[in-house]
Amino acid sequence: MQQMHTKRRNRWLEEYIGRTFAVISGWLIVLITVTMIIFLAVKGIQSFTDSGLSLSDMLLSAQWDPNGTPPKYGALIFIVGSMLVSLGALLISAPIALALAIFMNFIAPKWFVSLLKPVLELLVGIPSVVYGWLGVTILVPLLREWFGGSGFSLLAGIIVLSMMILPTITSIAADALANVPMAYMEASYGLGSTRWQAISRVIVPAAKAGIATGVVLGLARAFGEALAVQMVIGNTIKLPSGLDSPTATLTSVLTMDMANTINGTPWNNALWTLALILLLISFFFIAVIRLVGPRKER
Amino acid sequence: MWSKRVKLGLAALLMAGVLAGCGQTEKNNAGGNEGAAKKEETYSGTIALAGSTALQPLAEEAANAFMEKYPDVSITVQGGGSGTGVNQVAAGAVQIGNSDVPAAEKLDDKSKASELVDHKVAGIAFAIVVNNDVKVDNLTTKQIQDIFSGKIKNWKEVGGNDEAIHVINRPASSGTRATFEKTIMKGVKVDDSIGTVQDSNGAVEQAISSTPGAVSYVAMSYLIGEKKNLKTVKIDGAEPTVENIRTEKYPFWSYEYMITKGEAKEEVRAFIDFVKSEEFAPTVKKMGYIPMTELE
Repeated sequence: MQQMHTKRRNRWLEEYIGRTFAVISGWLIVLITVTMIIFLAVKGIQSFTDSGLSLSDMLLSAQWDPNGTPPKYGALIFIVGSMLVSLGALLISAPIALALAIFMNFIAPKWFVSLLKPVLELLVGIPSVVYGWLGVTILVPLLREWFGGSGFSLLAGIIVLSMMILPTITSIAADALANVPMAYMEASYGLGSTRWQAISRVIVPAAKAGIATGVVLGLARAFGEALAVQMVIGNTIKLPSGLDSPTATLTSVLTMDMANTINGTPWNNALWTLALILLLISFFFIAVIRLVGPRKER
Repeated sequence: MWSKRVKLGLAALLMAGVLAGCGQTEKNNAGGNEGAAKKEETYSGTIALAGSTALQPLAEEAANAFMEKYPDVSITVQGGGSGTGVNQVAAGAVQIGNSDVPAAEKLDDKSKASELVDHKVAGIAFAIVVNNDVKVDNLTTKQIQDIFSGKIKNWKEVGGNDEAIHVINRPASSGTRATFEKTIMKGVKVDDSIGTVQDSNGAVEQAISSTPGAVSYVAMSYLIGEKKNLKTVKIDGAEPTVENIRTEKYPFWSYEYMITKGEAKEEVRAFIDFVKSEEFAPTVKKMGYIPMTELE
């Protein structure tokens, strides 16, 4: 009887402790995320409610001069800077990532794939400060030699970022390609296609939703990356005049000024608004992923 | 513990004796007595500091020395920037906020500022630094203003070699930048659309030494020891020495502040006094700051 009782208790523990923990975890993450969004939104709109800044000035003016008289808080430079550096990185990374994914799935010998996969995983694991550091010590001097100027530039940011997002896009694209049923390949062979024709006209189009997800995820990562970009892009408060020109991004101005401004000042509020803009753009990317991503099988 | 105090006391006596021998009898004896009197007291509690990264190394060193002296006191020092320092102390999250500028200059809300008390704990000198390839050893204040406002773009215009000037700034919110604007630019606008911006003394140092023709400004505490590929430039013929600062020949310096909220607790008070003290002054100097004892 006594034994039965403990057994039942154990079963109760097993059944409910684990379950309770799982439920709490689920709600906790929802709660944390929602709280953070609310907090950021409340902080972000203070620029307009408390400090009297205008939304259109903030989004459309390229005049950022919080120390000036009168202070100006136009964030256009940072929004454009973030867009350019992320899209530029995507332009380099996406084609290479797709080629790599094809290579891994259809061309490379098995032993090479088993080398390539851990290499890509390693690439993801390298901290962004290391990417930034390498950028400053190797890439920036190299660009200075080639293009003159200081070397700190939009191009430096693009190159560093493209390295960082390459593995993300590659692994998602590779998974998408691997999920295309073999029958598609066999069918196109049956119709007399060459291997490349089968890959380029059947497999890749069949996997395009998954590939697009990888690309948007890469873009989202590029957009939110702060440290590595800040280290190489120069952080000059101006719209870039070319690839070799320095500029600033939303994340770089945030990391530089956040710690040095005081809560409640218009400057600090304006930075919160930049953070909110960053979040909204990330939401936009997530929405895009939801739209283009592979539909669940019905 | 006890024996340590005895030793310290003996050392103080010995010092006083030696110094007395130098002929400055009255002053140093007084100092020695004061030191001995202070050792009688003991403090306990915890003190948290946060803020200015320029002051952080000194605050850490002072915390270690103070905790060695009063083992019952526990002190933690964090960075975060001058803004963080003022924020945290105003919110009551730390006992001392470290800042490069007085609290009132950071806060817009003046009623909040009146609760906060600024304590000057050290002076810090800044230097105009250039890459080693720049053949200029002296700049006038006017020339520096013209360089950072974008009027002068080539080193040959200020007597150097024919080489483009690459300006490196600190972000507009930085305390070092604020001091630079106040003491050197004096109302002339820094042109943020030229050159590049680096967000810390360390990053500036790295960028200066690797970029030909580069010019920027860093705290002297970052220039202790041998620095490769960068050199300091005299301002209006004056080097950044304590002597020149005291005689107002060298303008580019400021106080560092420890800010408390309202009336400071006894151990906080004692710690701030310790940072300013004659006893700690040699360390202050060694770390590239200017002790308050030499500024008053």
